[in-house]
This record gives sequence, structure tokens and C-alpha cells, in this order.
Amino acid sequence: MRKEKISYRKAIYKALDYALGSDEKTVFLGEDISAYGGAFGVSADLYKKYPTRVISTPISEGSFTGVAVGLSMTGYRVITEIMFMDFMTLAMDQIINHAANIHYMYGGQIACPIVVRTPAGGYRGYGPSHSKAMENLFMSIPGVKIVAPSSVEDAYGCFLSAVYDNNPVIFVEHKLLYNLEEEAELQSGKQVPLGKARVIKEGGDVTIVSHSYGVALAKEALADLEADGIDAELIDLRSIKPLDIETVIESVSKTGRLVTVEEGSIFGGVGAEVACQVIENCLQYIDGRIVRVGKADVPIPASLTAERFVLPSKGSIIEGVKKSLSW
Amino acid sequence: MDILEFYKKALTIRFFEEKVDWLFSRGLLGGTTHLCIGQEATAVGVVGALRQDDYIVSTHRGHGHLIAKGADITKIFSELLGKREGYCKGRGGTQHLCVMELNFLGTNGITGGGLPIAAGAALSIKLSGEDRIAVCFFGEGASNQGTFHESLNMASIWNLPILFVCENNMYAMSTRFSDISKFDDVALRAASFGIPSVIIDGMDAGRVFENTKKIAEKIRQGGGPALIEAKTYRFCGHSKSDARLYRTREEEAAWKQKDPLPKMELKLLEVISQGEIEVIKRSIKASVDDAYEVAVAGEDPGVEEALEGAYAQREDLLPQGNI
Repeated sequence: MRKEKISYRKAIYKALDYALGSDEKTVFLGEDISAYGGAFGVSADLYKKYPTRVISTPISEGSFTGVAVGLSMTGYRVITEIMFMDFMTLAMDQIINHAANIHYMYGGQIACPIVVRTPAGGYRGYGPSHSKAMENLFMSIPGVKIVAPSSVEDAYGCFLSAVYDNNPVIFVEHKLLYNLEEEAELQSGKQVPLGKARVIKEGGDVTIVSHSYGVALAKEALADLEADGIDAELIDLRSIKPLDIETVIESVSKTGRLVTVEEGSIFGGVGAEVACQVIENCLQYIDGRIVRVGKADVPIPASLTAERFVLPSKGSIIEGVKKSLSW
Repeated sequence: MDILEFYKKALTIRFFEEKVDWLFSRGLLGGTTHLCIGQEATAVGVVGALRQDDYIVSTHRGHGHLIAKGADITKIFSELLGKREGYCKGRGGTQHLCVMELNFLGTNGITGGGLPIAAGAALSIKLSGEDRIAVCFFGEGASNQGTFHESLNMASIWNLPILFVCENNMYAMSTRFSDISKFDDVALRAASFGIPSVIIDGMDAGRVFENTKKIAEKIRQGGGPALIEAKTYRFCGHSKSDARLYRTREEEAAWKQKDPLPKMELKLLEVISQGEIEVIKRSIKASVDDAYEVAVAGEDPGVEEALEGAYAQREDLLPQGNI
């Protein structure tokens, strides 16, 4: 199969198409996923191909997520779309108290194979309720997996892994990645396993760990760092839970320095967890300051100018790397 | 309707709940519990009118529904006692009690949490072209949750095979329904979703059965969702530590006059003798006591049961099948 240029948006469309097309016991629920094609155009014409199983719902995130739980307990694999990750708050009871618990609390009698797809992230001036990347909200919830791929191939392969996983999976799609185009080989039905990080660029001076759009920002920073003679290693976590800490530890054992990059809050964030696990496991190899780059502890302002001061950027990543190396 | 079978089920529920109450008073059970003493008629009347393959989603006050569905009371005791032999290995307890083999999709610790799950089960039935139905029990208190309105709306627009059964026992914990609703009837709310409803005497098992039977068949034939509001009363407090300061002893006494069990006994006396009823009572009481003795002698969970199982494995066999 030859590689072709394809967008992140199209890759998820293809994965959705594959999942719905290969198994009649798969349902896709969400708001405006029929004629509108999904708020960000991901599902496009799928409602025509699978008219009974692509179901456009009322604006009822809390309850259509519950509908997904009921469907999954009675024999369906379910994909839902929460239009903006900020709206996850409305679905939290069904995700946290129900979907996440069911396999454990019912003694393994049944599970909830649900993928909650959700467009996330800022940099678009949407303001406090339409801009968040909230992966960290789910980190403390046992039973839930969190996946946030940054590349086109991973978007396709991780999505299918999420669909065929037997647990609720929060699948985070950064809005600024939708138009990302890459040469990709999307083998029909090929899955990328969850819980495996990817080393995007090898380097010996410092380890940068990120996921989702943070990886795109870190990639931009790499060229500038190289110009300054800094050879950074960049790791894309791809999935936050399960977390592939081994790959990070291996890298930090080599570089001795760690910089984490995320779009969510630094306080209680992904970087905090990664850094702590690194300290617990390979403190002896650390010989630089550990730096976390992420969102300031404020809501995300609507002003595009103000937003830049709050969210991570190429500049703040470079600054973070230099801070790590300076100690 | 087999009145004798209904009576035996209702008695089992009553004795089971009384035993649970007794165990709590002795400090022999952990956590909390919500007893359905007084509400047995809705459990046996509704469930008795259903098929074995119909789905049920229950509430925090769900022991009666589960016993009516045919669960083994020993395994329910085991679950309440946190034993390995419980239906959920002791992990769920009273408010998270699921029995998939009986199509019982769980009691539920979140008020209103079961409503959308039942709608999902109904959507599943519809997509699969089956002729079973989903039944969702909930209390009048849950009708103030968003999930009530959202779920009824979806059930209505998608014409789902679902029966909503409101057990209106007048009090959401301590809060009287008339203090939190402009109207006394939950059924009025169904009208705004175009869902037909009926208000019935929930203390009369026969009445509950007949209505459920008729409505369930209509739903089964594609008639779409319906709602039954059964006016009922819990004779005990909301949970184990409730001094019942929010209602009068006179009101309680008046409702106890409507106790569904003596009503059933009166009917039974047309076919069997008082002596035979006493024999049945003693036998069921003994079977409940025996079930408890078996359950309490069971094993406590090991560290593996406590720490494993948060995630299902890929190879776990689910009804979805694996890919």
C-alpha cells in the first residue's frame, strides 16, 4: 500500500468508517453528526452510509453518554462525540460513576466498550468554555483510558485500538491537528496499541515528553534548539493512561533531563505524573532541573493575545528546555 | 397472575429487607442500605408482568426488584456482606448490584443515573430488532434530575421500547415531593415528551400487574415508551439512620393500613386457608434466615479481588465479541 497525503480529520473519518463498516454492533452517537457532519466535520457523510447506527442526539451530553453505557452493556460497541472537551463536564457522572466503574463494581460480569471522542484545545480565541484540553481530569479515574495522538497514522490506529478496547476510552482530538496533513499509510483496520509511546526524534541532551498538539509545538521548537546546539529527544506519549513510563525512563536515563509539555494545567497535570514517576524510578540519572511547560493556572481567555500568555508555545518550550539545561 | 407466586415473592422481599434491617441494627453490615418495605407490590407487580429477557434498571432501593426478577437471595446477602460469592464479588454492594444473567442492569447509587442506561438498553433492543423491552424504575425524586428529562425525550423521539416506572413514595430522602414540585404527579411530566402515562395505586400488586402487562405488551409491539406512576410508601426511613422527622406517625399509620401483604392474603384466603398461609410464612422466613447463614459463612475477598479488575482485558468475552 502506498503512502498518501492525508489529514488527521480524514484519518479519524476513515477509522470511524472502518469501525462502523466492519461490525454491525457498532453505534456512533453525538450532536450534529448527521447533515452537519459533526461540529468539526469529522463524521461528514457517515450518517448516509450507516443511517441507523450514526445517531444524531439532542443536546443532552449527560444522558446520551448514559445511553452509550446502556448500549455497551447490552452488546454494542459505542463511539460518542462530545463536541468540545469542555462539555465533558456534562457527561462526567455517566463516565466516572458508571462507565469507569462497571467492569470492576459488577465483579467482571460486563464491561463498557465506549470511545468518547472529543475535540479539545485552544489557540483559537474561543474563550474559557470552548478551549480546554482536560486530559488530566481523567487521570485519577480508574477504569478509564486516555488517548491523545498527535500524528495522522496514530489518529487512525489508536482510534481503532480504542474502539476494540473493552473499556471506556477518552479519545482527545486537538482542533489544531484536524488540518494536519502527513504522508501516511492507513492500512485498513490496522491498530496502534494503546500504552506505547513513540520516540519522534532521538537526542542526547534533554528529554521532551508531550502528547497531542504539544508534540506539534515541540517539533517546531526542535529546529531552534538544534540551532542553539541542543540535541533534544522528543517523545510522544500517544496515550496518557496507560502511561508508557518505561520509554520515558529509558530516555531520561540517557539524557538526564526532563521537560514535559502539555496544554492542560501544570498543577495536577500530565507532566506532574510523568515527572514524579521519573523521580521515583530513575532519580540517580537526573542531572538537570525537571521543568513542566503547560497552561497557567487561570481560565483560558478569549482574547487571542491574552490566550498566548496562558497556553504553552514554541517559545515557552525552548525556555523550559534551557532552564532544564542551565542547572 | 398467579396470586400465590406473587405473595411468596412479596413475602421473600419483606423478610429479606427485615433481615437486612436487623443486621444493620446489630452492626453486622457495612455501608448503608435503602429498604423497600411497604413497596413490595410495585416490585412483584411490575416484574411479574415482564418476560425473563426484558431488561431492568433499578434504583438505590432495588433489592425488591432484583428478588422479583428471580435472583438468589443467598447471593444478594453475600453481596451485601461484601463476600466473594456475591453477584459482584462484594465490590458493588447494595447500590451497585448487577445480575447480567437475569438481564438486571444494576441497582444504582446515583439518583436518576439509571434512566439513560435504560434508554440505551432500549435503543439496543430496537437496533437489534428484538421484541423485548427495557424497564426503568426510578423515584419521584429522580424526576428532578436532568437525566429524567433527557432520557424521556430521547425515548420519545426514537420511539424506544421502554417502560418508565416511577415509584412515587412521596419523599426524596426527607424532602416531600410537594415541596420540590408544583404538582403532585410525576406522570404530568411525561406528557411534555408525548409519552402516555397512567397513575396507579402502587400498594395493590394486582393493579400494578394488570397495568404493566397491558402497557408492556403495547410497548413490545412497537408502541413506544410509556410511564407508570405507582403511588406507594416506604414504611421505614430513607436509609439506616433516619429518624423520620419530616413526616408524621399518623401519616405512616395511615399508609400501613394499605400494606400490600395483608391485601394479598385476603385474596389468597379465597383459595387457601389461614393455616396454609402461616406455613408459607414460616417456610419463607426460614429460607431467608438460611440464606443469610450460608452467605455469612462465605469467604471474604482476597487482595487480588480488591486490586484487580478495574480494566477489562481484550480477551474478556463480552456480548460484543472480540476483534
